[in-house]
Amino acid sequence: MTTPLLQVQDLAVSFATRRGDVAALRGASFALHQGEVLGLVGESGSGKSVTALATMGLLDQAGRVTGGSIHFDGRDITRASAGMLRPMRGAAFSMIFQNPRAALNPIRSVGAQIADALRAHRDLSPRAARDQALALLEQVRIRNAAQRIDAFPHELSGGMCQRIMIAMAIACAPRLIIADEPTTGLDVTTQKAVMDLLATLTRDRGMAMLLITHDLGLAAQYCDRVAVMEQGRVVEEAPPAALFGTPGHAYTRRLVAACPTPTSTISSLSPEIVLPAEPVARPPLPAGTPLLLEVRDLVKQYPGGVTAVDKVSFTMKPGESLGLVGESGSGKSTISRLVTRLIDPTAGEVIFDGRSVSDMPARDFHRAEQRSQIQIVFQDAGESLNPRFNAFDSIADPLRRLRGLRDGSELTKRVKDCAVSVGLPLPLLERFPHQLSGGQRARVGIARAVSVDPKLLVLDEPTAALDVSVQAVVLQLLDRLRREKGLAYLFVSHDLNVVRMLCERMIVLRNGQVVEEGDSQRIFRAPQAEYTAELIAAIPHFDPVAA
Amino acid sequence: MSASMTSPGRSSTLGHVAWVLRGNPLTALAMAGTVLLIILAILAPWIAPYDPIASDVPSALQPPSAAHWFGTDQLGRDILSRLLHGTRLDLTIAAAAVGLSFAVGAMIGSFCGFVGGRLDRWVGRFTDVLMAFPLFVLAMAMVAALGNRLENIIYATAIINLPFYIRFARTEVAVRRNAGWVEAAQASGNSRGRIVLFFLLPNILPIVAVQISLNLGWAILNAAGLSFIGLGVQAPTPEWGIMVAEGARFIASGKWWLVFFPGAALMFAVLCFNLLGDGLRDILDPRMRT
Amino acid sequence: MRKLQAIGRRIGGRLLSSVPAILGVVVLTFLLMRVLPGDPAVFFASGPSAGQQEIEDLRKAMGLDQPIPVQLVRYLQDIATGNLGRSMTTGQAVLTDMQQRLPASLELTFSALFLALACALPLGILAALRPGSAVDHVVRFLCTLGVCMPTFVSGLLLIYAFYYLLGWAPDPTGRIDIFASTPPEITGFLLFDFAVTGDWDGFRAAFSQLILPACTMALFVLAPLARMTRASMLAVLGSDFIRTARSIGLAPWRVILVYALRNALLPVLTIAGIVFSTMLGANVLVEKVFSWPGVASYALDALLASDYAPVQGFVLLMATIFVLVNLLVDILYGLADPRIAAE
Repeated sequence: MTTPLLQVQDLAVSFATRRGDVAALRGASFALHQGEVLGLVGESGSGKSVTALATMGLLDQAGRVTGGSIHFDGRDITRASAGMLRPMRGAAFSMIFQNPRAALNPIRSVGAQIADALRAHRDLSPRAARDQALALLEQVRIRNAAQRIDAFPHELSGGMCQRIMIAMAIACAPRLIIADEPTTGLDVTTQKAVMDLLATLTRDRGMAMLLITHDLGLAAQYCDRVAVMEQGRVVEEAPPAALFGTPGHAYTRRLVAACPTPTSTISSLSPEIVLPAEPVARPPLPAGTPLLLEVRDLVKQYPGGVTAVDKVSFTMKPGESLGLVGESGSGKSTISRLVTRLIDPTAGEVIFDGRSVSDMPARDFHRAEQRSQIQIVFQDAGESLNPRFNAFDSIADPLRRLRGLRDGSELTKRVKDCAVSVGLPLPLLERFPHQLSGGQRARVGIARAVSVDPKLLVLDEPTAALDVSVQAVVLQLLDRLRREKGLAYLFVSHDLNVVRMLCERMIVLRNGQVVEEGDSQRIFRAPQAEYTAELIAAIPHFDPVAA
Repeated sequence: MSASMTSPGRSSTLGHVAWVLRGNPLTALAMAGTVLLIILAILAPWIAPYDPIASDVPSALQPPSAAHWFGTDQLGRDILSRLLHGTRLDLTIAAAAVGLSFAVGAMIGSFCGFVGGRLDRWVGRFTDVLMAFPLFVLAMAMVAALGNRLENIIYATAIINLPFYIRFARTEVAVRRNAGWVEAAQASGNSRGRIVLFFLLPNILPIVAVQISLNLGWAILNAAGLSFIGLGVQAPTPEWGIMVAEGARFIASGKWWLVFFPGAALMFAVLCFNLLGDGLRDILDPRMRT
Repeated sequence: MRKLQAIGRRIGGRLLSSVPAILGVVVLTFLLMRVLPGDPAVFFASGPSAGQQEIEDLRKAMGLDQPIPVQLVRYLQDIATGNLGRSMTTGQAVLTDMQQRLPASLELTFSALFLALACALPLGILAALRPGSAVDHVVRFLCTLGVCMPTFVSGLLLIYAFYYLLGWAPDPTGRIDIFASTPPEITGFLLFDFAVTGDWDGFRAAFSQLILPACTMALFVLAPLARMTRASMLAVLGSDFIRTARSIGLAPWRVILVYALRNALLPVLTIAGIVFSTMLGANVLVEKVFSWPGVASYALDALLASDYAPVQGFVLLMATIFVLVNLLVDILYGLADPRIAAE
């Protein structure tokens, strides 16, 4: 086999936008052989997905190939017409998309959609197509396939929808599957199940797979070779052990370093920023120091009888950092809002600095004196900034409301100090959220929360929407702020590695209940609860030291 | 627009407006048309060639000519002069009615949308009742009940617009109620009233502005429709709807100019407002500003 | 089976929740009618010379001497027993009057809606398939124009063009030529009745009377329908599952018809329901222009004559139709969209 199954050579793609053409790919090259799994990794905007769509001939109308070539099994399909590509799509190569629920037709039963995929290329009676669809459902390990065949996408979980998508992709036995971030947005245990299934299916059927992902761990675990993309080019390509062990290209080195692993520390994430030497362990607080936060039997029920938080209790000492870990639906975000007093608990008590703060209803809490002492940083910094406020006004808002500052030199000085302390360049203060990058928005969100010198900072997945290199910088910033200001952090995250680095203690949540609580390092080394062990095992990871 | 936008955002806002207008000449035309209408409305008494009410029976029903550009009606009144005076009246009715229903509706709607709960359900019920009503008939009945006076026509038009504004502001606010920046505002110590006034309202303003522009057109049609069936402004006042109603009797005998010119004026006004609304959507959307 | 049950529950819930709305409409109308100027008793008294005694007797006969709450309760009792009162102008029961006139309004509205949908759907779809093309621009131009044209102006201009200039259309008064024979009363829908009895000349006559008012109305509602079709089709065509459908190699027509169109029609259905209700209300202008003997002009004449009962009956009828149309839209939506039934 000398001709590769898929060969992409110097591919250039650009999109027509209102400000002229924007190049998305600038000469990307790679080759994929029969039966091989190639990983395509890179951060957002690196051109991974565009590569996949160009191969499938599915670029939207604004995009077009401006140079280079794509060969499938020796045939040039670079600018193939729709008529030539249609018989190949699904039969010769097929694709699995990100966000499986949106990728399925909401008003058509999943069985009918799989049957559509079959009948697009084979002359089958409806009866036969249905039988084959049923067989496919069983192959992608859908339990009770006979009942689920008539289900609609909204009746299935995200993981199951992705299995349906896989069934559609393999229906006509293509030789190549392109999986574009197939598990992004799925919980880590579901991710593992879906990826294992995909790996088994491709191996058993001798299919080749192009796995596109931003998660280096995932690529390391499931790929034979990995290509790293940056700004529309492939900058390096090697087997995962070599690539992650001894990265050659400077960009790969940065990317690998920024990726949290079981052994990485906050300071190892990004070599460019000089940090003070490893923090000395803080002297233990003298015995009898009052607790900063005490949460007792907290319960939150939503209308309709859903119990999001079920009798959760924990305590925090001043200056401590506590991690709240769990998958979606574990109640971690609800707890963060209950502690911040943005919503009212159904039962239970929140005691802050020796006084109960849960008596006052959330709608009046803006008047409470503790308002400035408990602040929060939200998940999606873009979504948590008022689109009509510039960065200055966003940071100044709590100062105006909670410190009573009027416009003037004092306010300006305080806002500028805050911006400096979070590393936000002062000229950016005049910009509106849509004119800032993701990392800059995250800094504005942090600056807003720390501007009134809180004692407790609740961080609700502050880096979940960021690329790893930006995440690294933000994590370093958070770590430095904590040490400088003596803040206590309640850090909510689904990423165990991040929590381990930033938090001394962690609490593992599941379905609104505490599963396990204890020292972060200890939980990571020797989890006590079965669920915690399962979570830790499901994290895809690579170990640059061992490789 | 929030006050904070003026100082740092001005140059980019003006630039953005200019950019949108360049890319969308129709919006520019609509803007020019709207300005023209306003100027005509203000200057009507000075530029109208004839008295809009004085009849001149000998020269009745004349087709358009050099003396009477748009012809004369059954009483010999100059149609152009009546049109110009009508501009004044129709624009006033539309602007006052829409302004009134916007001010009341947007406030009620955004407050309900934000607070939710029982109040919201009751207001929702009430708008449902209003909307289940054939609205044009409601306007008819109101004018009939309160009397054929200008302010009553304005109130009637405002009330039939009200449920749309309430419902519109309510959904737009409810969509944003759980947005991160609203929670952040709460954490920053803003009361609920402040959040509605200084966070939510400015954010729904662009979409409401579009709605206002579209509704101006609708309000003009409504007011003219009321006059047309005899429940609005009364003859001999120059008003577009009455002019069409009076001309209707002569259309079957081919006297087209009696209906055509006031009809065209109505269409032009509504067209300008509608196109302006579409253009505003592009200009005011902060996400489209680069 | 589960699906049907879910839809049944939804319909039940909808009907229950619309009861307060209808009740509200009824009470509101009742109160509104009571503040209307003019004493109907004076209006219907034998003449200007009518004595005080005669007017008093009339008031008593009409129940106008009772306090307003009592009148309201009586009115509600009457409605519950199907008695909508008597029109003072026609001298008939309101229910009978409306039974005679409703088919005319419905026939007009249905034909207009059919015409509008028949034009708006293809136009909207074509525009969405080729955004930015000439077709797209033409559709947008038509939509903008259509929504700006008041029905009473477009109706009059159509009469000028097709009756006066071209002479294609008949005299624009009423549903049928005064010299033509009316068909036997079967449904009240003239086109249908003529067709059933096989009277094709009559059918043609009724059709030619209907076409101009129907076009006038269709022109007015074409815009929102075509706009919505275009917008929702565009949104659906840009969605992820259309990309999926293309990625499995489905034929283009299948992608458009089975995957895109069925999803795109859902919002159009909702709009069509709203448009239907608006048309019934806006009918009054078109009915006036074409002297169409429908319920709206009936109510308008009654309103101008301070005749309460027909106006109240008309409003009640409109509110009921509004609820029924919404219900129908709901059922159709529930059948077409499995996500709704699950809620």
